[in-house]
Amino acid sequence: MSTLVPGVPVAVVDLVASRAYYLVTFLLLGVGTYTMIGSDNYVKKVIGLNLFQVGVFLFFIAAAYVDGANPPLLSEPGPYVSPLPHVLILTAIVVGVSLTAVSLGLVVRIYNEYGTLEDDVVREVRADE
Amino acid sequence: MNELPALLVALPIVGSVLAFLAGLVRSKSGWAIAVATLAVQLPGAAILAERAFTDGPVSYVVGGFTAPYGIELVVDGLSATMVVLVSVVSLGILAYARVAGPRSNPFYATYLLLVTGLTGVSVTGDVFNMYVFLEILGLAAYALVASGERGESAVAGLKYLIVGTVGASLFLLGVGYAFVATGTLNMADMSAELAAVGYTSPLVQTAFGLLVVGLFVKVAVFPLHTWQPTAYAGAPDTVSGLVAALVSTVAAYALVRIVYTVFTVEFLVANPLARQLLVAAAVVSIVVGSALAVAQTDLKRMLAYSSVSQFGLVVGAVAVTTETALTGAAIHLVGHAVMKGGLFLAVGLVAASTGTRLIAGYDGLAHRLPGTARAVAVLALAMVGVPPAVGFVGKWYVALGAVEAQSWPLAIVIFASTLLTLAYFARLVERMYFREPPDWTADTVEAADAEAEAGDPVDVVTDGAKPQGVSLGMRATVVTAAVLAVLLGLGAFEYGQLIEPTVERLLS
Repeated sequence: MSTLVPGVPVAVVDLVASRAYYLVTFLLLGVGTYTMIGSDNYVKKVIGLNLFQVGVFLFFIAAAYVDGANPPLLSEPGPYVSPLPHVLILTAIVVGVSLTAVSLGLVVRIYNEYGTLEDDVVREVRADE
Repeated sequence: MNELPALLVALPIVGSVLAFLAGLVRSKSGWAIAVATLAVQLPGAAILAERAFTDGPVSYVVGGFTAPYGIELVVDGLSATMVVLVSVVSLGILAYARVAGPRSNPFYATYLLLVTGLTGVSVTGDVFNMYVFLEILGLAAYALVASGERGESAVAGLKYLIVGTVGASLFLLGVGYAFVATGTLNMADMSAELAAVGYTSPLVQTAFGLLVVGLFVKVAVFPLHTWQPTAYAGAPDTVSGLVAALVSTVAAYALVRIVYTVFTVEFLVANPLARQLLVAAAVVSIVVGSALAVAQTDLKRMLAYSSVSQFGLVVGAVAVTTETALTGAAIHLVGHAVMKGGLFLAVGLVAASTGTRLIAGYDGLAHRLPGTARAVAVLALAMVGVPPAVGFVGKWYVALGAVEAQSWPLAIVIFASTLLTLAYFARLVERMYFREPPDWTADTVEAADAEAEAGDPVDVVTDGAKPQGVSLGMRATVVTAAVLAVLLGLGAFEYGQLIEPTVERLLS
């Protein structure tokens, strides 16, 4: 049994500790999905979408971590961290920002049109149209 | 000219920026800039296609880096087909949009951005680059869908945005898994590395699953199709035609590219469960798409569910992995784009003349608008699969491929799908030709709307869309689509021979 967490075998604690970032990734994906599905407010849905995307970004960054490595500079000794995943995530963050901007613009328009941000109310109003 | 693939992607971006900037100086100039840009894009696409079909795949690495460190653009026969299809359809819809569509400069800037995304997905040979272009394409599509004047468009656009982004994020996660497994993003390099890692490794299997599910959302395969009817019905008619014709088509091309170029047929051989799941998704899409289409009263929603069914056919062809089926998939992608785009534009044409988008409002259309009714009938029968239209050829090749591969559930469902498609399209043709027109006309629509506002009960089959003028451009585009649907069917055999080396290379 481990001393850090009483009652739990060492193997399990090691497993969780070494893969903690990936567990958080899937936690974020789950929270994001639940927020998108479970909440009626459009702004909360957009927040859920952002959480979902952040989970994906964390996966890339966690996978790119190299223990004891240096930035890829000629003045530093090897081993080096590959800059490629970080560049990919910068691109993906920019994509996410533009998506959020478009979605919030649409939310403003929906509010001007229907006077509410709740999905069930908008649906009722549209069913009456 | 080596840089042609990159130029074909860069040109619409430049056009898009020009259209937007010109709007600050002089409004309503967007249409002319879009026409000028696409008029240059089309010959470029034709030259690229000619080179890809005669000399083999055209390859260009952006920035002069060597592959696999740089982003490689690879154009083979299938990519070239998509690039030409995108240019032709987007230029044709511009002829329709001059009178019918939204006229603002930002609209045309977004239109050209959509063309950029579509061309980019078609020519890229790098998995992350494909994600970026899928997102550009998606963003432009969400904005275009939301560009209608009604509140319905904004809600439809937001729903499309949320579902589409989840799909693209799953695709990105799949790219992440594949990158962790192989260390490279170049498609050709990745396929070699994935083979080295082993196709039964859970990492590779998960990557496949995530990439395919992400693309299923974009292609709108059941049960990930829910965004499609809302988006197509809520968008302006021009945009429905453009998005229905091109966005899911290019997403299906991306699916073919991922499954065949990155994962190769050996992956499906090593993982029979993956193939079975693809076939199951195809079969369910075909059946449920048609069943839901029959139940619709709004014509645009019916056409959207019909798309779900037709793309189920393409996914089935991808799952079956025979040469005939893949040729059929390519033919069907092109044919469906022309037919579905033509049908959506015809719906817009009828709405502009009579004010209705409901199926019940199409009664006796043959008496009121004979030319349009004829075009709709030709397109509808082409979609059902009446020879020699292109809808028949594509379906026939895919069914033949399914029989060759002894995938009996798929083959039976494809043959049955003709009956199912007939169920909802024959209704339409029958209403147009064999029923009396209702007592209302365009004038009474306005009168009826005024009465409805005054509170009197009204017995009019319309959804309140105000009729506007119909231009020659709108009619010409719809008729051209109908004519092309038949001509492409006649030329499909030659195209099959043209694309044979590409298909062989995909399957090797």
